[in-house]
Amino acid sequence: MPKMNMVQAINSAQDVMLEKDSSVVVFGEDVGYFGGVFNCTEGLQKKYGIQRVFDTPIAEGGIIALAIGMGVNEMRPVTEIQFSDYIYPAFDQIVSEAARLRYRSGGEYWAPITIRTPCGGGIRGGQTHSQSPEGIFTHVSGIKTIMPSNPYDAKGLLISAIEDDDPTIFFEPKRLYNGPFYGDPKAQAQSWDNHAKGDVPEGHYTIPIGKAETMRAGNDLTIVTYGTMVHVSLAAAELSGYDVEVIDLRTLTPLDIDHIASSVCRTGRCVVVHEATKTGGFGAEILSQIQESCFWKLESPIQRVAGWDIPYPHAFEWEYFPGQERVLDAIKKVMEG
Amino acid sequence: MVPSSGKNLNVPAPRHRPGEEPEFDDLDIPNAGAVARPDILTDPKEMFTYANTMIRVLNMKNKAVGEWDPKLSPDEMRKGLTDMLTTRIYDDRMQNMQRVGKMSFYMKSRGEEAVAVAQAMALDKKDMLFPSYRQQGLLISRGRDLLDMMNHCLSNSRDNCKGRQLPIMYTWKEGNFFSISGNLGTQFCQAVGWAVASAYKGEDAIAATWVGEGTTAESDFHHGMTFAAVYNAPVLLNVVNNQWAISSFQGFAGGERATFASRGIGYGMPGLRVDGNDFLAVYAATKWAAERARSGGGPTMIEHFTYRAGGHSTSDDPAKYRPEDEPEAWPLGDPVERLKNHLIEIGEWSDERHDQAIKDITAMVTKKYKEAESYGTLNSGARPEVSSMFEDVFKEMPDNLRRQRQQLGV
Repeated sequence: MPKMNMVQAINSAQDVMLEKDSSVVVFGEDVGYFGGVFNCTEGLQKKYGIQRVFDTPIAEGGIIALAIGMGVNEMRPVTEIQFSDYIYPAFDQIVSEAARLRYRSGGEYWAPITIRTPCGGGIRGGQTHSQSPEGIFTHVSGIKTIMPSNPYDAKGLLISAIEDDDPTIFFEPKRLYNGPFYGDPKAQAQSWDNHAKGDVPEGHYTIPIGKAETMRAGNDLTIVTYGTMVHVSLAAAELSGYDVEVIDLRTLTPLDIDHIASSVCRTGRCVVVHEATKTGGFGAEILSQIQESCFWKLESPIQRVAGWDIPYPHAFEWEYFPGQERVLDAIKKVMEG
Repeated sequence: MVPSSGKNLNVPAPRHRPGEEPEFDDLDIPNAGAVARPDILTDPKEMFTYANTMIRVLNMKNKAVGEWDPKLSPDEMRKGLTDMLTTRIYDDRMQNMQRVGKMSFYMKSRGEEAVAVAQAMALDKKDMLFPSYRQQGLLISRGRDLLDMMNHCLSNSRDNCKGRQLPIMYTWKEGNFFSISGNLGTQFCQAVGWAVASAYKGEDAIAATWVGEGTTAESDFHHGMTFAAVYNAPVLLNVVNNQWAISSFQGFAGGERATFASRGIGYGMPGLRVDGNDFLAVYAATKWAAERARSGGGPTMIEHFTYRAGGHSTSDDPAKYRPEDEPEAWPLGDPVERLKNHLIEIGEWSDERHDQAIKDITAMVTKKYKEAESYGTLNSGARPEVSSMFEDVFKEMPDNLRRQRQQLGV
């Protein structure tokens, strides 16, 4: 099986769908000739032509509106918002339009659009190229929110998102594009070549939206996480000395609460980890649903590890980023009280 | 405290406020027939003047004059007149029913019926419409059953939107009429997307979309104009300048400095400024723009210069922000009266036929309304199934919604 990094896997998913379905088009800022600022669409315009893979004006609201209109006219647009930090001008089109169209029209119209967008920090991007705004969208009914943590999942989930008849937001943790990241910026960069999830089939396959995956089985406690923090959590789990179970959500909404609850009810202890800011973050929702299902099985209070409630600071990136130590502290807290 | 005496700060104010005498003598309105009709593929660079004049066909003597006269047959004009009358009578009935509590809200289109009705007639049925909330005439002209429109407004058991939308925010897929939002202007660039897809597929259908002049201030307007120009989208971008956005006159959208039609110039597309109360002028301009789009000429922006003769909605009283007699003082008259007088002038209509048409339409609307009420209103009678409120959030209901539905016990 070929090795792919996450950029290649995302590129391959779009390639497969452009080949398979002539109603699929790919567009966004710089995605055409240039192939995208992270190369996720490299070579696709050359292969499929300028009318199927094209650049857009710098207007995120316009990009999503264009996609909705095309979707209503029987197409299946795949859009790129260059950084998730830039998604806010498109907020109204996503929240009030794409997410509500099927509902408000009594099921007569819908928006089968995919919104790809790189998120997260750890690349020295400062406060405008590092955010994790997924929690803003998980609060919205009518859209599905996805965040893969590895190349294999990224390709399978992106194909599912493109084939889905509902709008999807596909967050790409950009720190993981070229390799897994365990939270230490001074450590040597890792490649997906040496990782099992770097084995990515060339052709078409899907991973179902709404299904979490257990990345590490354990009996002492459960870490529920997604995106970049999956790898940080796995590294912390190794160091902790405890038998830690790590669940990668992969899809945030619809949330696979049954998968999470069955694990936490068994281990009785839980840490929820994400890179986004803490207050009102998606971790709060996960925690809330866990206590609804598992309260009487819990042995200690659930802990959250998250970004501080501040903008992502350029010079203090690694003080902001919730690294292994913060995860280890939380593990200790739930294990030792 | 800083005194507000800045000499160079302009906060726009309308011509008149309540208690003042409305007068529009200084409005620059060219005579009917004064504007030439260019070839449909004329370079936008040669069309700047069209944004600053006004295309008019019906003159003060009720004659159709000039190159823009679309030469409609008497039957076509009678259809236009009847559809405008139907729109007006329907609006009045629904507003009255809102006043007696049968529905939550209503918005009339009085004074601007020509825009929707003439444009629907000038477009093909396969063309896709992305309207704002005051183009109910599009539905009526395309033949939607008034009963279905009423069922929607009453949110009753036969509402095709299943009781989820405010009245007047219609959806009618069968008639190529998009779902009306409520967040202003969002449909503008969506229409461009639809048109781009049509061009991508090599199809002949075009899209048309509408916003009010107030909404030109929204970023969506700029997105629609930019994307339409960039991709040469076959789309008609309509700005219905009815002078008022709730209580804010058109000056708050920048109308004091330049016409809304002139916005088109900066994007490299024709901007046509049309007498929006002149059925024939609206029809002709729409036909021109539609032919241009269908021939590969790309987008056209049309400003319909009209007047909102009623309130914004049932929730505001226009007498609080403008003279009560301002609608009567509007120098471009009433679209229904003008087309009626033209048909009478050419011997194809009469006051008697007009009165009879009003009676017939009123009777039809009354009958339909009675039937609609038998399917329920917002406050009484049948409603859509309560359990249906969890449907259509997604194509397939996810578990969390299924559980919430069970929790509600439906």
